[in-house]
Amino acid sequence: MIEIFRFISGALILIGAFLSLVAAFGVIRLPDVYTRNHAASKSATLGVMSILLGTFVHFFMEQDHFNSRIILGIVFIFITSPVAGHLISRAAYNSGVKLWEKSVQDDLEEAVWRRNNRVRQRDN
Amino acid sequence: MFHFIIQLSLVCISLSMLGLIYRVIKGPSVPDRVVALDAIGINLVAIIALVSILLRTNAFLEVILLIGILAFIGTVAFSKYIEKGVIIESDRDL
Repeated sequence: MIEIFRFISGALILIGAFLSLVAAFGVIRLPDVYTRNHAASKSATLGVMSILLGTFVHFFMEQDHFNSRIILGIVFIFITSPVAGHLISRAAYNSGVKLWEKSVQDDLEEAVWRRNNRVRQRDN
Repeated sequence: MFHFIIQLSLVCISLSMLGLIYRVIKGPSVPDRVVALDAIGINLVAIIALVSILLRTNAFLEVILLIGILAFIGTVAFSKYIEKGVIIESDRDL
């Protein structure tokens, strides 16, 4: 029984470390800040959540210790990391960081332009 | 075997932190650096979990929650500074 749970927690930890490595490769190799943010905020979050779940299973089985702080940490990272990614990406767009020069579509630029026009018409 | 898996995962996460440090140093814009620093903070959480397995103690598990909260607050403050130029706005200094 304890061997099975040791296998489960080892597999979760290995998957998490692999996903974290993949996220770092994405952050190194992708061309602009938005794609890099996409890589970093998704796969790093999933990798770390998987590692924390493996740690929780390990402590629960080996030491009979139910650690609620790890559960809280998983929930907190799951909630806050995409929010942080969204905020920093929006800050990058509003401070004028350019997209990759080979990207073909920028819907947000058109939406911002329309909103500015509407505000200008309302003020006149 | 389990010990070896933990050590292998530690090596993987250290390599990924090295890649993120490369992005912090080289990144052409400020948001690049902030994204990489946020990811470094999240990876530090994983390193603390693995080290506390290796040391067979559960005394460091509060640090996981603490580093998660600090990384989030730091990223939010940085993105607000990049976007608006101030972190805490007051109504009077218009």
